[in-house]
Amino acid sequence: MNEPALQGIAHSCLDRKDPLLRPGNTNCGGCGMSIALNMLSRGIGDRRVQLSIPACCGIVTAGPFPCSAYGAPVVAATFASAAAFATGMARAARMNGEPTRVICFAGDGGTYDIGMATLSAAAERNEDLLYVCYDNEIYGNTGGQRSSATPLGARTSTTPHGKEQPKKDIVAIMAAHGIPYAASISLAHPEDAYTKFKEAVGLPGFRFIHVLAPCPTGWKSEPAAGIDLIRLAVRSGLFPVRTVRDGHFATIDVEPDFDQDALADYFARQRRFRKEDVDLPRILEAIRQNWERLRRLSAGGVRA
Amino acid sequence: MSTEFLSANHAAAVAATLAGRANRRGRGFGGGVYPITPQTECIEYLCGQEFDKGEIVRVESEHSAMGVCIGMSLAGARTFTASSSNGLAYMAENVFAAALYRLPIVMMAVNRTIGPPWNIWVDHGDTLALRDSGWLQFYCENNQEVFDTMLMAWRVAEDRRVLLPVMVCQDAFVLSHTMMQTEVPTLAEVERFLPVLDLPHRLTEAPVTVGGLDFPHETEAHRRQHAAAMTRVPEVWREAQAEFSHLFGRRPADPVECHRTDDAETILVAMATTSSTVRTVVDAARARGQKVGAVRVHRFRPFPEQELRGALAGGRRIGILDRDISLGHGGILWSEVRGTAPPGALVQNYILGLGGGDIRPADIEDILADLVQRREVGEPRIMEVAS
Repeated sequence: MNEPALQGIAHSCLDRKDPLLRPGNTNCGGCGMSIALNMLSRGIGDRRVQLSIPACCGIVTAGPFPCSAYGAPVVAATFASAAAFATGMARAARMNGEPTRVICFAGDGGTYDIGMATLSAAAERNEDLLYVCYDNEIYGNTGGQRSSATPLGARTSTTPHGKEQPKKDIVAIMAAHGIPYAASISLAHPEDAYTKFKEAVGLPGFRFIHVLAPCPTGWKSEPAAGIDLIRLAVRSGLFPVRTVRDGHFATIDVEPDFDQDALADYFARQRRFRKEDVDLPRILEAIRQNWERLRRLSAGGVRA
Repeated sequence: MSTEFLSANHAAAVAATLAGRANRRGRGFGGGVYPITPQTECIEYLCGQEFDKGEIVRVESEHSAMGVCIGMSLAGARTFTASSSNGLAYMAENVFAAALYRLPIVMMAVNRTIGPPWNIWVDHGDTLALRDSGWLQFYCENNQEVFDTMLMAWRVAEDRRVLLPVMVCQDAFVLSHTMMQTEVPTLAEVERFLPVLDLPHRLTEAPVTVGGLDFPHETEAHRRQHAAAMTRVPEVWREAQAEFSHLFGRRPADPVECHRTDDAETILVAMATTSSTVRTVVDAARARGQKVGAVRVHRFRPFPEQELRGALAGGRRIGILDRDISLGHGGILWSEVRGTAPPGALVQNYILGLGGGDIRPADIEDILADLVQRREVGEPRIMEVAS
């Protein structure tokens, strides 16, 4: 188990002069998307970036006109269009010989659901984009409705008895496009996260990063517990931290210990999961099968 | 300048190619493209062209075609796409967005019936459904006018007094697939007419959020600015018309084109290719001694209120011909134009050629005969033209 060395987020010389997420923004305390933005900010460093953010929580973050909580140019895209807008921005940068890196920053609703066709097409065209999905497993902006990223058993305002289907494997879907880089990031493992963001910002072609982002409001969890929850999700094998390059070179970046207590703890610490809705044997079996598949894909490879 | 034999689809594509190349010293040219009958030949032509600085993106939907145009335009490039019918309906969200971001995107729209049931022929209902999207809209009568209006579109759209997107509309098949002689200027000539685009609010390194959140007061201000930009269109159009005439020796169409209306007591109002047939019938009626005139609406948005008031001032009987229908009301052209008729005039709506029904002179003669004998206004009349 790779436990984080930094024990959370610390300011360092890696920070941008103007952080990507500026102080004074209105995000909730404990918002995983805020933490993801701070890590992405470090991954970007001093490189020129432009962001395309669809009508997810991430654009509410920007604040009301004419303010902007972002330390980089941002286009507030229509919900399904982050990757299409970004395509136009990236092509314009390319034909003008500019080094600008274009980044989509979208929630799970804008990625797994309404933006899927646009995202898939941009990946298929191998556009020169980094697409970051901060996945809080609900439509957070609208008050917490089910998305196709909502996990099995989770209660949302539109699944009052718990969701009946498991979530989609977005990294597998994106990797199946044969894109240069598809990875998942754990916010509880900042070194891994920083390394991946940094690499992904610089790589040419389409890059996809999936971030499991705790949402205290939607998950009905303690704001201070977000990083702990992610650590439990990784330890239990529920959230695999992995990378797939060029569609087939797969690595597992954080080896879980498949601790069943960690899994039970993960569910117990969020009120979106009720005992009667969570079918623990089914989830354990799903984790086992998923890891058999991942081991085959990565040929047992674990990053040193 | 050379004379080419072009369909209106290709006329639009040639205009887009020239306008695109003319911005090569600026931030280039491009857009997202997606096929739909009867517009496809336009984007096929474009995809076969070479650009020194251009990116044509073959996207997965009309929604993304406009999305790519928005992103590219925000980055300062000159942009173009084309669509039609259900494609426009699918694109609608980003059509509104393009205008609200104040981007000078030009779109060629081939007017086609919205389905189901599926019908590929002409009907103006697709673009008229987008009349409130904040775009300029022009409805063209022939291929030369399509070509000229396209060049005028960028000139007006990119003017700092306007900065709004423009829809250049043409009738499915009647124009899109019909070849006509079209005067095509050289690139050097187009460059003299179309200065390089310099979008004042293009994305740079400044950390701003474009299109973020508005409170009511900001939205009021933004809508007022948008509406004010619309009011400046007639002036900018007139200036561009004068320069176009000087450079190319042709005068682009006025917002409202009048034919023999000076002493006309009966006036027929129409848009696009219907107007050509109307003029033929007006000339025949004049030969019989009837005081009849024709009015064509070329610019539907911004709506040419004053020009129409002037054109219809002498009319006692006014027939408004719609190739569209707002179900539950009547013709869309009628519902807007009737307010500009002089007091006491009899204004009757005729809806004809829906779904591409062929509008022949005999159909217009029927309308004229009905209009001149009418004692009172009736409900909008949905005509059936012969198949």
